[in-house]
Amino acid sequence: MSTYQMTAGHGGSPIQLLSPDGVRHPHERYDRFLADIDGRVDGVDATALLASVFEDMVVARRIDAEGTALQRQGQLGLWPPFVGQEAAQIGSAHAIGQEDFIFPSYREIGVAYARGAELSDLVRQWRGNAHSGWDPFALNMAPSQVVIGAQTLHAVGYAMGVLFDGAETAVVTYFGDGATSQGDVNESMVFAASFQAPVVFFCQNNQWAISEPVGVQAHVPIAHRAPGFGIPSVRIDGNDVLACLAATREALERARSGNGPSFIEAVTYRMGPHTTADDPTRYRDANELEDWKEKDPIARFDAYLTSIGVLDDGLRARVAEKADSVAAALREATIHMPDPEPDSLFEHVYSGPQPVLDRQREHFERYRAGLETGIGAGSNPSAEGGH
Amino acid sequence: MSAVTSDRTAAGSSPAATTTASGGTRQFRLPDLGEGLTESEIVSWRVKVGDVVELNQVIGEVETAKAVVELPSPFAGQVTALLAQPGQVVAVGAPIAEFEVATAAPAPSKSAPAPSAPSAPAPASSAKREPNLVGYGAMPEAAGRPVRKARSWATAGLAAPAPAAATSPAPAAATSPAPAAVTSPERPRSTPPVRKLAKDLGVDLAVVHGTGPHGLVTRDDVLATVGTADVGTTDVGTASTGKPEPAEAAPAGPRSENGRETRIPIQGVRKQTAAAMVASAFTAPHASEFLTVDVTPTMELLAKLKASKAFEAVRLTPMTLAAKAVLVALGRHPSLNARWDEKAQEIIQYHYVNLGFAAATPRGLLVPNVKDAQALDLRGLANAIAGLADSAREGRIAPGDLTGGTITITNIGVFGVDAGTPILNPGEAAILAMGQVRRTPWEHGGQVALREVLTLSLSFDHRLVDGEQASRFLADVGAVLADPGMIVTMV
Repeated sequence: MSTYQMTAGHGGSPIQLLSPDGVRHPHERYDRFLADIDGRVDGVDATALLASVFEDMVVARRIDAEGTALQRQGQLGLWPPFVGQEAAQIGSAHAIGQEDFIFPSYREIGVAYARGAELSDLVRQWRGNAHSGWDPFALNMAPSQVVIGAQTLHAVGYAMGVLFDGAETAVVTYFGDGATSQGDVNESMVFAASFQAPVVFFCQNNQWAISEPVGVQAHVPIAHRAPGFGIPSVRIDGNDVLACLAATREALERARSGNGPSFIEAVTYRMGPHTTADDPTRYRDANELEDWKEKDPIARFDAYLTSIGVLDDGLRARVAEKADSVAAALREATIHMPDPEPDSLFEHVYSGPQPVLDRQREHFERYRAGLETGIGAGSNPSAEGGH
Repeated sequence: MSAVTSDRTAAGSSPAATTTASGGTRQFRLPDLGEGLTESEIVSWRVKVGDVVELNQVIGEVETAKAVVELPSPFAGQVTALLAQPGQVVAVGAPIAEFEVATAAPAPSKSAPAPSAPSAPAPASSAKREPNLVGYGAMPEAAGRPVRKARSWATAGLAAPAPAAATSPAPAAATSPAPAAVTSPERPRSTPPVRKLAKDLGVDLAVVHGTGPHGLVTRDDVLATVGTADVGTTDVGTASTGKPEPAEAAPAGPRSENGRETRIPIQGVRKQTAAAMVASAFTAPHASEFLTVDVTPTMELLAKLKASKAFEAVRLTPMTLAAKAVLVALGRHPSLNARWDEKAQEIIQYHYVNLGFAAATPRGLLVPNVKDAQALDLRGLANAIAGLADSAREGRIAPGDLTGGTITITNIGVFGVDAGTPILNPGEAAILAMGQVRRTPWEHGGQVALREVLTLSLSFDHRLVDGEQASRFLADVGAVLADPGMIVTMV
């Protein structure tokens, strides 16, 4: 049964390719997955790759800050910050191919950005404007899942379909440490192993399940659980973008070559609240945040890129400008997002006409026709204060 | 994936550029900072009146039921008023600060429209929809329940009271309040069980006059409608002549899954017939009577007429003569040519006879009626019946020929049977079924002889017709058929 043992990071300390001071450490197992970004592949512009990863991380953090501000200003109903998790999200996202399919939780806004989502689509759901942000088949990324862990079942089902189709597509599902306590996640791992489905379980262990620290629900590292299901796992430093990139590439290669599922525990930290409706100062030690700031994923990558001469003040300024422009565009898209037509409620429920739904739509239209004013029509211009 | 030069956003715009497209005073209203909060307490202000702030600069702290949060400024500009003091609890949606926002620099106004490009909404919808602040919950002015339109149905119902049928010579069906209801978008007020009943009976609630509180349509109202000719829209006739039938869209046709059973969608004439029969059977208390008659003289008369020049090419049948007998008998017993108007609490006595007859057609049972049949001679009556029967079988009958009947004859004898208990055509007081004319050993002239014998079956609405009138009517019809010469004693 040795193949089911944890295959890496079992010594207690997660696998790290970049130490917090920005020093790149060679790694026998993972270096081969970083050949392009390390500049060891002819014809590949490693500098551009590194810069694009850095830019996405910085922009993602800026999006997160703007989303939080927009919520505080009444423009979004809720926002789930992911500040601190940029390496895990951007690093893994850069490993995933366009043809692969992603099943995220609600916090993978950085992944969606890196995947190419429209900015308005990143906030649409949080503005209460739609049930989901983006067209899943345009991004090959399912709508963000709010039901904790449910997306892992969808991912495994999709991956089983891929098997039946005989395709080389791989599937990645994101979830948090808290989700691993859910039945859904455990059931999905059973099926993934049984069917050897081409799926990557990417767990961002951000240390907190809302107000519950991970130690309460996992007495062993979360990655230790996967081998019990027959799924090889690794425990990596989730604030090390290169480790996240390499481990995800390895797991995807395993999936595409018919070797079944993998489990990655990316050890990171949720530097912000669970959502904007949460106040983490009520349950966690302020010192903990300070400790993790020392391991900041962007500062670490910045140090590394600076040390190898990729990042200078010019690029840093260009990236900052890009981040600001994205934030501005996100703000504009949010503030000027038109309300959906009431009738849109009925769209995308079923793939085709459905009599019960048609009847409901008809009743709803009749109800609307019986009202003096429309539903949700902005009849109060003075409330539009958020410019 | 995304390159450094990703063009997802408009190049050159800066956060400050997004603050506003034009200058002026702006208010910051307290958002719902948690999920579903109604109020928050101002903890402190980090700015004072007169300060110039940047977009997203923290201007104060607010404590909600869930958290203490920092408030980032939604504007770049000068603080002109702080409308709540620290320690004050403010309702979500109330203004807490005012800003004087500088007139936008050229660059911002240029960049403002650009970001709208990636946003999905169609121009058509954005033109008529206005942005709403989600974080504020319901807008203050829009608080409370949506305002319903005035109920146009109730007034329409009052404006068009039930027709005073007794004084109206025309069939009441034509003057129902239906038109008023058609213009009303408001669904008539009723209750789910009554709506179900109306649906089952094929009654359009829009044509039902509600007698309950505030025009509520009650069970009795629906049943009363069914019992009247107002059902015009739902009786056998109209509905089967091309009235839109939404329910027909779904089921395609008969289907048989295992060959042992076939499921046929209930639609069209079948559906309307069923609705009419249910409405009739459960509204009018039916009573039936039978009379068996030696109609040999009638058959002899028929043969004589057929051979005559006057009736050449006229389709004469036993039913033609039975129809004539009915018309003669109705003259003596008009209570069978009447209608129970539940709504008006009146009995409508017709002074004309629109004589209906059941016709089996390829589309199902149709009941056309001969208008003012009492005024027709036998030849006219025969031609009218033959013409309507042909139209009905060929599917080109006019809706008007199927509505407004006052009494009905059904000829079940053509199928080789003798008697039955017919169900009233809704709104009518009587229906007569003719059995087959059968050569039968029968008493004749004190001896048993083979005679042409026929059984008549009469069903009547016992609300307005008693056994006496029904019996006398039936006896008269039988007397005429037994001896057509009796007519001279009756008219």
